[in-house]
Amino acid sequence: MLRIWRHAVNNVMLSLTGICAFVTASALFFILGYLLWNGGKSLDWNFFTKLPLSAGELGGGMANAIVGSAKVVMLGALLGVPVGFMSGVYIAEFSGKAMANVIRYTADLLNGVPSIVIGIFAWTVLVVPMRHFSAWAGGFALSLMVIPVTLRATEQFLGQVPLSLREGALALGASKWRSVATVVVPAARTGIMTGIILGVARVSGETAPLLFTALNNQFWSKGFGEPTASLPVMIYTHAISAYDDWHRQAWAAGLVLLGLVLVANIAARMVLAKGAAGQRG
Amino acid sequence: MSASPRSGVAGKEESLEGPVSSKPIAQAGPKLRASNVDFFYGKFQALHNVSIDFPENQITALIGPSGCGKSTFLRTLNRINDTIRGARVTGEVVLDGNSIMQVDVTELRRRVGMVFQRPNPFPKSIFDNIAYGVRINGLARRSEIHDVVERSLRRAALWEEVKDKLNKSAYALSGGQQQRLCIARALAVDPEVLLLDEPCSALDPIATSKIEELLLSIRDQCTLIIVTHNMQQAARVADLTGFFLMGRLVEFNKTDFIFKTPAKKETEDYITGRFG
Amino acid sequence: MATATQSVPGRARTFLHGVRGGDQIAYLVTFLFAASVVLITVLLVFELWTKSGLAIHKFGFSFLRTSTWDPVNDQFGALPFIYGTIVTSVLGLIISVPLGVGAAIFLSELAPPRLSNTLTFLVELLAAVPSVIFGVLGFFALVPLMRDHVQPALISAFGWSPVFKGPAYGVGVLTASMVLAIMMFPYIISISREALIQVPREQKEAALALGATRWEATWDAVVPFARLGIVGSVFLSLARALGETMAVTMVIGNDPKINSSILAPGYTIASVIANEFTEATSDLHLAALVELGLVLFLITMILNGLGQLLLLVTTKPGSAKS
Repeated sequence: MLRIWRHAVNNVMLSLTGICAFVTASALFFILGYLLWNGGKSLDWNFFTKLPLSAGELGGGMANAIVGSAKVVMLGALLGVPVGFMSGVYIAEFSGKAMANVIRYTADLLNGVPSIVIGIFAWTVLVVPMRHFSAWAGGFALSLMVIPVTLRATEQFLGQVPLSLREGALALGASKWRSVATVVVPAARTGIMTGIILGVARVSGETAPLLFTALNNQFWSKGFGEPTASLPVMIYTHAISAYDDWHRQAWAAGLVLLGLVLVANIAARMVLAKGAAGQRG
Repeated sequence: MSASPRSGVAGKEESLEGPVSSKPIAQAGPKLRASNVDFFYGKFQALHNVSIDFPENQITALIGPSGCGKSTFLRTLNRINDTIRGARVTGEVVLDGNSIMQVDVTELRRRVGMVFQRPNPFPKSIFDNIAYGVRINGLARRSEIHDVVERSLRRAALWEEVKDKLNKSAYALSGGQQQRLCIARALAVDPEVLLLDEPCSALDPIATSKIEELLLSIRDQCTLIIVTHNMQQAARVADLTGFFLMGRLVEFNKTDFIFKTPAKKETEDYITGRFG
Repeated sequence: MATATQSVPGRARTFLHGVRGGDQIAYLVTFLFAASVVLITVLLVFELWTKSGLAIHKFGFSFLRTSTWDPVNDQFGALPFIYGTIVTSVLGLIISVPLGVGAAIFLSELAPPRLSNTLTFLVELLAAVPSVIFGVLGFFALVPLMRDHVQPALISAFGWSPVFKGPAYGVGVLTASMVLAIMMFPYIISISREALIQVPREQKEAALALGATRWEATWDAVVPFARLGIVGSVFLSLARALGETMAVTMVIGNDPKINSSILAPGYTIASVIANEFTEATSDLHLAALVELGLVLFLITMILNGLGQLLLLVTTKPGSAKS
């Protein structure tokens, strides 16, 4: 009977959607599990303190990659966050509608540029004139990815600050910029901070923009003007190498990188959720 | 005399049908009977011990101030509240002698149709909107569907207005036309009971009167239960009226009695506009 | 600065002047930052255009149609990479859209709120996983699985058709598509779930009131109403997948040939740039690679634009009307 068929289809399809949800949600666990299993074994004190050794020699680490990642990411944040933040303030507080749309569209465009193309751009702008690879170029490339994320987060959370707060500041005689700086921005600071953290966490895992800007380095790099090792690039080169020992290093590095990124993400999201609940409550 | 829904005029049974009816000949009792219905949204009790008999082929109006539970009660009759988390019903609702909890719920909803407060046509063509219920319930062969659609649109007094644009999107129609479309859509599956939840509240007076005319015209094919906040509407179309207040059925009787000689003070207060 | 010796109107004027001046400076400063964003983006496009000049000049539009990629003889055609990029991404969509939309339906319609939020949280975290990690997992876990089990099975079942011709390399277009599919899950699920949640309850109730089963009501009434948002999510995911570099590079096999079989190795635009950029043999080679980057940029720009447009439309009320 048609009714029996329809109910059977109903049960099958609804179950299937549940399976889809659990399968996709479990992908994260698989990834984490694999990394923990393979990377956990190889994670030791050497990893954090030693330089990579040539293949076959045991006891190497990725200390230079950790420091190098810190360098380029910090540079990317230092360059990108102020630009993104100030531009977000401009759109949210000062600009007219047309200008705001232009900036927003441009930021979205920049956000959608494939990371490898960002790398090409940073290469043409910095590597070519300087004639060598450097952390500057890597940091610059990463900053281009930090800007749109910061801009959007700033604009979004400034926009959520209620009118009553702004008017309260203005009514006390504060000028526009003063009210923005001392009342509006602090009110939105949680959201903006979490947006920045999420953006920086994202770029810390990026490989492609660094491939021909910071390149890589088996040794320490002095200052910011030399090719610089980074975790993602190290993971890549070690993983595709032919040496088991380097493979194990890659797993360990992957675990560290994923761990950092996930912790930053979870923390940021929890702070955001608490902030939103606080505003509602 | 306490105006209990069982005694008095409302309880008069329409026991024998005409020869064309497909229902059992000795149809004792009302078409739809609710007995001691309580309804809970989580901890909040929205309905208290509601009992009503709905006679066949009559229009019953449920009136009362906002939040009195009349819509909630209406929605228990086709179990559409089942989809709301934390909703719980106790008591019994019986359709043609069978409890609605024991009938297959999709079949129940085909027999007890519903028209909602705001028109809610699907994002499909006018034709496909009407044909939808027919198709999924397998009520007609492919070749007959067009006839069924036309019949439904004629019953809803919409055919002349849309017959040349059956393939256009339903959203191209005006609000009043969309609501008549929803009525046609509900009628297409040949329901025995039609529940209408404030169907004219979003419409202008002309559209409203068209729909009221429509309801009167389909009464002999269908048992109609209409929730309305518009007392004049109840007075115009309904044979019977029930007055709800704070989740309780206060009074239930022929419409004339309710509006001219209400038995309860609360009813009189509401009718005369003293609240709500 | 207002001083005590000034008259009241004088003091007021100075104060106002300072206020206005501060605001003007703030306006200017923030405007300059915002303008720099625009300038940088314009510069990016400009650089892409000029640095690919050599190749554009030499090959013109035939660059997009030629399939020879021969650095030794300075012959460069983009077709194998365009093909590989599109095929892997589309195949990835074919895998991830049914799974993703199915999951989104479950999360928006069927799951109790706490379960839905937890699962959604887990799925969205997937978007934070760096692409190189997907690459490592693909390389060490997925490739052997494909080589030893999945591909031989496909070849024995469907090897007669050109789409599944062997041998079983492990790497290849299909493997890359599978990795991309997993990377697209969070975007499809998150955006589709939002679109489905926004469908007014009366749509589902209208279908249920006609006697539809829960599945019928969801599939026939709710999902069509949300279709613009779902399609928008597909475009945005596609744009992401097209630009994906590391995960694909490690599992696609890096072979610049067009092959009808999805079990064969291939090459994408992003992968060839990643692999050959630092070792480009000539200026023309480099220009060709940059031109590939320009092509990729244009494709993703259009897709992102379309996706954003669709999502913009869905945030307006009555959005299913188009």
